[in-house]
Amino acid sequence: MNPILTIVTKRLLIGLLTLWIVTVIIFAAVELLPGDIATEMLGQAANEETVAAFRERFNLNGTVFERYVSWLAGAATGDFGVSLANQRPISEFVGQRTANTFFLAAYAAAISVPIAVVAGMMGALYNGSVFDRMLSSSTLAAISFPEFFIAYILILVFSVSFGWFPSLANVDVDAGLGERLYKTFLPAMTLTLIVLAYMMRMTRAAILNLLALPYIEMAHLKGIKRWRVIAVHALPNALAPIINVIALNLAYLIVGVVLVEVVFVYPGLGQVLVDAVSNRDVTVVQAACLIFAATYILLNLLADILSIIANPRLLHPR
Amino acid sequence: MQNLIHHLRDAPVSAWIGMIIVAFYAIIALFAPLLAPYAENVSIGAQYQPWTAPHFLGTDALGRDVLSRLIYGARNTVGIALLTTALAFTLGATFGLLAATLGGWFDTIASRMVDVLMAIPPLIFALLILTITGTSVAALILVIAVLDSTRVFRLSRAVAQGILTMDYIEVARMRGEGMFWLIRKEVLPNAAAPLIAEFGLRFCFVFLFISALSFLGLGIQPPTADWGGMVRESAKLISFANFSTWQTATFGLAPLLPAGAIALMTIGVNLIVDWVLHMSSGLKE
Repeated sequence: MNPILTIVTKRLLIGLLTLWIVTVIIFAAVELLPGDIATEMLGQAANEETVAAFRERFNLNGTVFERYVSWLAGAATGDFGVSLANQRPISEFVGQRTANTFFLAAYAAAISVPIAVVAGMMGALYNGSVFDRMLSSSTLAAISFPEFFIAYILILVFSVSFGWFPSLANVDVDAGLGERLYKTFLPAMTLTLIVLAYMMRMTRAAILNLLALPYIEMAHLKGIKRWRVIAVHALPNALAPIINVIALNLAYLIVGVVLVEVVFVYPGLGQVLVDAVSNRDVTVVQAACLIFAATYILLNLLADILSIIANPRLLHPR
Repeated sequence: MQNLIHHLRDAPVSAWIGMIIVAFYAIIALFAPLLAPYAENVSIGAQYQPWTAPHFLGTDALGRDVLSRLIYGARNTVGIALLTTALAFTLGATFGLLAATLGGWFDTIASRMVDVLMAIPPLIFALLILTITGTSVAALILVIAVLDSTRVFRLSRAVAQGILTMDYIEVARMRGEGMFWLIRKEVLPNAAAPLIAEFGLRFCFVFLFISALSFLGLGIQPPTADWGGMVRESAKLISFANFSTWQTATFGLAPLLPAGAIALMTIGVNLIVDWVLHMSSGLKE
């Protein structure tokens, strides 16, 4: 059997196993809630009939195992049950919100990935130059500044002072793409600034490692031009680590979105999650956590698999 | 001690800046009641006063003195973050060192548990648990400490495993030294530098994490003065900022002050961490 296939299958199985354990944890968390949800939620109105109806509605009948299976089966088909707080089906409002969150993360990625890869390569090429040092110190700022600090500085400068962009990203469902891109520019910029430094630093490190290898020195000694050494000799081998860097940061973006959404009042899944946590709306928290955790795990899985496939050494087994 | 003074004399400028920042915060946190002109939670005037004496940074929505709350915030925010980090560190380092020294089934079980905990993004996990426990300071400290200890576990286990392959460990084992003696006398002293650097990094992470949760309204609860919470409370003011006069411009700075306090603290710690890491890696310039 092809060695790549074996490794990928192995990694895939581990990823799916992790995902499964995470669903168990998220489900079990709710089981740990003290007291009976039905009687507690209904309060004064609790009698035999209402409790039975409530149990039916919120999937509280049967053993733990039965409930887990029906919850998981529902979640897999996009049916997350009913919100405890407002009694609406969760899938009604979570779908659009998730799409919004993914849109914002993709927007930020579309800005940050090209900049990070090009700047990281420049940093590696001109190692030790002023540009390279600026790159290194910007990483310090990125790991030190809380997300909301960056967000409020951007708001103060671009929204309050210059008035170029709105400080609230309250996009409607039927907003056009242009309006969407305009209104979510500041949140996307905030996310970009958060991940950009990491990506640049990691890209730079990946290429620097390669440039130290003997075959690059050989290429130099043959008299090949500098850009050609980078583009033809180094880049194909740098692809695997760079793809890995990008996928890992996308996973980070998906989670980093939570705070940024709250700052800009953007109607995304993070906002739903934060509201649900403060209302202790357990079923909604479950659904949102499941979507976030699954996306995060799947992106990490994708990062690993892509870097396995992009590793040219595995293509030619000895 | 001699060694420490020697290292301090050779410390680069960036490390000194970091140490001055951290010392500054430590003094403010320790002597908060002496330094703050007003009490933490007492309304002492009209709301939203401008930046003039006697309220040098104005007052907030409830008429409390912002400067005093910033000073008390240092004590609350940094104190809770430090406690959480210490707990996470004790937990993670103990299990990590034990896993490396004992090996076998203990190592396997502990490592697999950490793998699963690390597969879920920490913010999402923390929000899930805080829904169940409710938002209290005790729950906050425990949840974040457990989540963060996974990172410490990974590092201390890896570092200890490297040390345990050394010859002097072999000699000590043959001499018949017990496991705790090994950890205390051989492993810990050799693992100190990377662990100290890790403590700084973890502190930054925990500090930002708690501030983020407080900002979301799910961390340290009002009326306790806390920087993340102060950003949340004053966030709406930013849209009233007006750069025509200095006094109206200060509205825009209201959420930036506590947020900047958080940023500066993290920068200071990171500068020191960089220096410690640099020293421990043996790269002397």
